[in-house]
Amino acid sequence: MSQLTSELVADSAEARALSRLLESPAELNAATLGSDRAAWLESIQQAARDRLHNSAFPTTRDEEWRFTPLKSLLEPTFQEADIAKVDIEAGKGAIASYMLPEAKATRLVFVNGTFSPDLSDVADAPEGLAIGSLGTLSDEQWQVARSHFTLDVMGQADTFALLNSARTRDIAIVHASKNCMAETPIHLIWLSTTADEPTASYPRCLVVADRGSSLRLVEQSIGTEDATYFANAVTEVVLAENARIEHCKLQEDAAASFSISRTTVSQARDSHYSCVAISTGAKLSRHSLSTEHRGTNATTILNGLTLLGDKQIADTHTAIDHAQPQGTSRQLHKCIVGDRARAVFNGRVIVRQDAQQIDSSQSSRNLLLSSKARVDTKPQLEIFADDVKCAHGATVSQLEEDELFYLQSRGLTRVKAEQLLTFAFAADIIDRVSIPSLATRLKQFVLEQSAIASRSE
Amino acid sequence: MIRSDSDVVLSVKNLTASVQGVDVLRGVNLEVKAGEIHAVMGRNGSGKSTFSKILAGHPDYEVTGGEIRYQGQDLLELEPEERSRSGVFLAFQYPIEVPGVSNSEFLRLAYNARQTHRGEPELDPFDFEDFVQEKLGVVEMNPNFLERSVNSGFSGGEKKRNEILQMAVLEPTLAILDETDSGLDIDALRIVSNGVNQLTTPDNATILITHYQRLLDYITPDFVHVMEAGQIVKTGGKELALELEERGYDWIDEPEAVATAS
Repeated sequence: MSQLTSELVADSAEARALSRLLESPAELNAATLGSDRAAWLESIQQAARDRLHNSAFPTTRDEEWRFTPLKSLLEPTFQEADIAKVDIEAGKGAIASYMLPEAKATRLVFVNGTFSPDLSDVADAPEGLAIGSLGTLSDEQWQVARSHFTLDVMGQADTFALLNSARTRDIAIVHASKNCMAETPIHLIWLSTTADEPTASYPRCLVVADRGSSLRLVEQSIGTEDATYFANAVTEVVLAENARIEHCKLQEDAAASFSISRTTVSQARDSHYSCVAISTGAKLSRHSLSTEHRGTNATTILNGLTLLGDKQIADTHTAIDHAQPQGTSRQLHKCIVGDRARAVFNGRVIVRQDAQQIDSSQSSRNLLLSSKARVDTKPQLEIFADDVKCAHGATVSQLEEDELFYLQSRGLTRVKAEQLLTFAFAADIIDRVSIPSLATRLKQFVLEQSAIASRSE
Repeated sequence: MIRSDSDVVLSVKNLTASVQGVDVLRGVNLEVKAGEIHAVMGRNGSGKSTFSKILAGHPDYEVTGGEIRYQGQDLLELEPEERSRSGVFLAFQYPIEVPGVSNSEFLRLAYNARQTHRGEPELDPFDFEDFVQEKLGVVEMNPNFLERSVNSGFSGGEKKRNEILQMAVLEPTLAILDETDSGLDIDALRIVSNGVNQLTTPDNATILITHYQRLLDYITPDFVHVMEAGQIVKTGGKELALELEERGYDWIDEPEAVATAS
């Protein structure tokens, strides 16, 4: 029976697509990484490949992927992106409109998963904060990176995460040392480009905040216009005792792209992790974010916004694991879905048996802008402790007639009123982005998008 | 202020309306001239708030008969935004919160929509800032209100003051205030009614929709109308409001019986 199953898997489109992506990896660049580090990464790749033997991409029969069909991802043949072919000027053009004045010289740019010294600028890296790539780190930093790197991403056993480990060619590293309070945000850009054929890249990032340190990170995934690519990213975040990380994750990939990413967070005692995750791009995207409270009194704040039109599919899966007592979590996820787009939200909150005095709330709010738009939302509360305070809820709605009337009665046209209310729905999340220039740009983007959405109605 | 030679701002004749098949107005007649303040009173469910929403063009209500003429034109032909730009203003009983949109931005959008309609130039954010600063005094509002999101997290009193601020900016010809006094404490009531009094001129008209006579201690109406079951059943001067306060609405119900007995 088990043999039969594995034969079936081996023969499926899901299995073939995965093995195509695992075939003939290009050699790692020992010149830029250093031979020790290249050898280490190669051993990681090999171990991950072994783990993926006889595996396949999930199907909609898999509960975790029930509403997110991957068929369109299985069709193209993706080539490994060739960093040598990247045009620096084109790269500069691609990132120009995303520059943050607040992070002018704390910018890391990776092109197709590989560090680009030409596009990066880390001149203003605050004292005590190391930012760079596998090749640029000091030996000491490399040891830190090695000790935190996990093959299957903290035990998630996720096919995509393993695929990332099997193919990643470089690592972005952000490391705040003990008690370092870095005010200047770090801007990490994942840029995908293509030449002629669809390409695949495997961005990998490791963020470590030592005891009592604090940092802000904007992680952004973009692509050159019209590029067809598959970006399969993994970010691991480790917070030591009393550390604080403010994470802003932006998925603004090109319209024809596939963007699959996983963020895995590990939180020690008294740590504070907040994330504003905004997803607007890609044809098909999935962001899985999970955090585990490994010490008492940890706090997690997750805010999410998915803004979709056309035939986009975007899936957000989150899991907050209250494994220790006295933890706090707050989550608000919003989806705005227009045209024939589909959004998926699945948010698990787990409160383990010994995790008493947990204070958790979760809310999923969704706005449908067209009759063909769809959202599948599933807040999931799993409580095994008895002394807890947990609330969760989900709403799916259209714009309220009374709200539209209020704005119309002040002289705004119905179309303008629809735009403004859609904007207001999104602004609620964007206002939680603490970097002013970024919040302004995102608001402008939402205004333009809601104008497009109302025109197409 | 009643002047016989004033222009008629609003003329409502035999207005009937329904919502989801239920008749809510059953023949309303009302004429409002420039310079006048009218109070429309009545019990909950008498149709007075419905009447105000229909004047502003709320899409939930279907007008089934009669007419509304505003400055000589057919008001029912106009979309809600066109009514607003032509000078009809409804101060809402429950103003809507619009998070993420600053009050000043919203006021400027509304103001410029009306300017464009009149063929007058729009104001840029700087000029508008000066203009709106002057208006803040009308409702004794702190300038930081302008930077806050529209009604977002405002107290009940702040929301009502914000409505009057919008009215001050839009300078309507016909202002309809729907239960503006409900839920206000005495300070807010004083500020709101002072604001309304400052904004009334011989050229505009005001309709106060209210359940309580208390508001009329602060804003003196020229006419008081009593609405009952979707009709205006009694009209008088300001003393009618006092009588209602003292005797309640019940005696209105059987005016014929009273007349026959006397």
